[in-house]
Amino acid sequence: MRSEQQYIELYHEVSDLIKSRSCEVMNSVRDEAFETFRRMGFPTRKVERYRYTDVDAAFAPNYGISLSPLTVKPSAYIYNIENAPIDVSPYYHQIADPLDAITALNTALVHDALLVHVPKNQQVADPIVVDNWLRGTAATMMNRRILIVMEQGAEATIIMGDHAADKQQFLTTQVIEVYCHDGARLDLYETEETTPLCSRFSNVYIHAGRDCSVKHNSITLFNGQTRNLCDVYLRGEHSEVTLNGCVIGGGTQHIDNNTLIRHEVPNCASTQLYKYVVDDKAVGAFAGKILVEKDAQKTTSQETNANLCASTDARIYTQPMLEIYADDVKCAHGSTVGVMDEAALFYMRQRGIPETEARTLLKNAFMGQVIDQIKFEPLRQKLYVKVEKRFRGELDKCEDCRLCK
Amino acid sequence: MREEGKEVKNEFVRSVAEKKYEFGFTTEVHTEIIEKGLNEEVVRLISEKKGEPDWLLQFRLEAYRHWLTQAQPTWGHVHLPEIDYQAISYYADPTAKSKKGAQSAEEIDPELMKTFDKLGIPLEERLALSGTAVDAVMDSVSVKTTFKEKLSEKGIIFCSISEAVKNHPDLVRQYLGSVVPYRDNYFAALNSAVFSDGSFVYIPKNTRCPMELSTYFRINARNTGQFERTLIVCDEGSYVSYLEGCTAPMRDENQLHAAIVEIVVMDNAEVKYSTVQNWYPGDAEGKGGVLNLVTKRGDLRGVNSKLSWTQVETGSAITWKYPSCVLRGDNSVAEFYSVAVTNNHQEADTGTKMIHLGKNTRSTIISKGISAGKSQNSYRGLVRVGKQADNARNYSSCDSLLLGSQCGAHTFPYMDIHNNTATVEHEATTSKINEDQLFYCNQRGISTEEAVGLIVNGYAKDVLNKLPMEFAVEAQKLLSVSLEGTVG
Repeated sequence: MRSEQQYIELYHEVSDLIKSRSCEVMNSVRDEAFETFRRMGFPTRKVERYRYTDVDAAFAPNYGISLSPLTVKPSAYIYNIENAPIDVSPYYHQIADPLDAITALNTALVHDALLVHVPKNQQVADPIVVDNWLRGTAATMMNRRILIVMEQGAEATIIMGDHAADKQQFLTTQVIEVYCHDGARLDLYETEETTPLCSRFSNVYIHAGRDCSVKHNSITLFNGQTRNLCDVYLRGEHSEVTLNGCVIGGGTQHIDNNTLIRHEVPNCASTQLYKYVVDDKAVGAFAGKILVEKDAQKTTSQETNANLCASTDARIYTQPMLEIYADDVKCAHGSTVGVMDEAALFYMRQRGIPETEARTLLKNAFMGQVIDQIKFEPLRQKLYVKVEKRFRGELDKCEDCRLCK
Repeated sequence: MREEGKEVKNEFVRSVAEKKYEFGFTTEVHTEIIEKGLNEEVVRLISEKKGEPDWLLQFRLEAYRHWLTQAQPTWGHVHLPEIDYQAISYYADPTAKSKKGAQSAEEIDPELMKTFDKLGIPLEERLALSGTAVDAVMDSVSVKTTFKEKLSEKGIIFCSISEAVKNHPDLVRQYLGSVVPYRDNYFAALNSAVFSDGSFVYIPKNTRCPMELSTYFRINARNTGQFERTLIVCDEGSYVSYLEGCTAPMRDENQLHAAIVEIVVMDNAEVKYSTVQNWYPGDAEGKGGVLNLVTKRGDLRGVNSKLSWTQVETGSAITWKYPSCVLRGDNSVAEFYSVAVTNNHQEADTGTKMIHLGKNTRSTIISKGISAGKSQNSYRGLVRVGKQADNARNYSSCDSLLLGSQCGAHTFPYMDIHNNTATVEHEATTSKINEDQLFYCNQRGISTEEAVGLIVNGYAKDVLNKLPMEFAVEAQKLLSVSLEGTVG
């Protein structure tokens, strides 16, 4: 039996319960999403965008489904979707790819959703923090849905963290839909510090209007199996988007980042920088595509993926792609897989720095390039420390939240 | 002012786009063509016509049965039309008449001689460029191989593969299908079942082949496919440079060309394989043209072996071709240099695979794509470093140049690295011709047309420099740009 069968059965069992706990806008697309999922099943590794992650195996264990409501601290910008200050129907499940199996499954099973709404011309000085704690006494599946709506000229920084509070098998599916209206500026950070027992499937979809600036940073410090998908639709001129990723893998961790930037209109710019350090038996995969449509002239795009493979059993897959249908563009991508600079190591050892220390320093410097890009100072400082600790092997769990055991 | 410049450039691009296909004539020669369609009987008939031994017939039949279980691949970034495999004739022999007549088999129909003369491939040795031996293949049959005797003095075998099956069955049996097994892919299975002529090259130990070996492929007959098979074995310490050229007449319907090239490189040997592919690309509306679906692979079995692929791809309606290298021997070196030009409605999905298995292996990939008109040009490549392949080194660079607003240029590189001592680099850029460079040329009195020519030629130079001289000249002509004012 392939593993989608148990989710199909699960849906038949609990769909009424889910619907009763959910709201209308979510229920209105639920059955159709389920039908899509039932028809397609989980993608095999022959599906181009899922080449590097065995979805079927990840969903095979028997998970219980969590249906507890989201706890939202009263705040000016965060809402449960029922209490939304705006009509969410033009946003919910609109930009998300309805034909992606993970998105379809999430849409079918998710019972509650979070809305971050920043009103017109509002500049939010303090970051909006969304923390996800995975808690449970048995293997549990969480389906998380977040809607981010940035009205015209709105500005905000959103920091999302994934933590595992219990040593249990957790499976998370997450769909984030981001709508940036004209002139909006958004910095979105996602950090993951979970345990080797956790699997995470995250799909982020970003719509950018005119004159927007969107930054998405995905930082995987500690995990089990992670697949992050990020699709960006540039639909207004003079917008810029930056996708950054920092991945540190050890043990048998598996990290797969998959991005697609779709330049639909002229005069936009996109930049991607993904850096991986993989050790032990970890697997790092990056597949990024820049798609420039026919009329998207004057596009500039840069995609960089650099990888450090630190052990003989670690594996790296990288696939930077360009698909270009406009002629007046400047697009480039670069990808490297390499070893540590022997000359630099030698230089440091000559000066009395032990080899392990020298290697840690080099790894730190290598990752530094991504961390440097983080604009929000306290987070950047925290990450410098965390990344260094991670390389020293001192960070094997989330250390700054009291909940994590 | 700038708009004007754009006009002129577009004009030039159009003139390139509308350039007539020079080799589109047909040859009126009696050709024996077998019935259309493909089934086991046809496979047996081809084998019988060629007088093949039983093991080869069995090889073909196994391949055919495997082919039946497969489906045509769809992953390429090309729009492969539905191919009706039953509407194609799998064997066409333009030399049949002369064989039947009183003439000796050595004598060639003057029409065929004329055809190859017209293509610039004289089959009379005294007329040929002294440095090149040619195997001329039309449709399914090798017409003539020149300088065979001279080469055999050195122990070099250069003949059509049908001859090789008769005269050197052990060698063919040992190597045929050992690099590209019939199970490799859909078109490889098809080729293995129905392949007709191609060249066979064997360079004995410690021999440097004194001349360039070359095969010229010509499709002539209507509604036929060409399924050539080339096998090159370069034994220890030897060297050979091999060239391949091809053309076809202009026809409204698509013609299928599904070839296999296998290269075996032993210890300390070196093979250089160059292709100038100029199959008929179809007309300006994308009607007709050759479907070029080719599997080419080299196996670097020996230590310190070296294989270099150089290709200039200008023709074909659809190109689906990935000359690959398996770097099995320690310290082996592989290179891939490619210029692919697409125009009108042409679609090319081409690139390479570098499979690093031995220690201290090195590979280089330089790919240059030029797209114009409404064409789509893709680079697709794989670099795989196996777990045992310590200190592997790869450098890939793929650049695309866009000459028009309706064409597309795409890059799909895959890198699978399973070893921590590997250094793999990939970089790619896509852009149009730099306005500053054009302006610089214009400022110095060079017309936009010439400037575009200069820039395109300079852009492709990294690859053209790797071609043998005679070929480089042809390739530069094919790039369809004026070269005045450049040196070399």
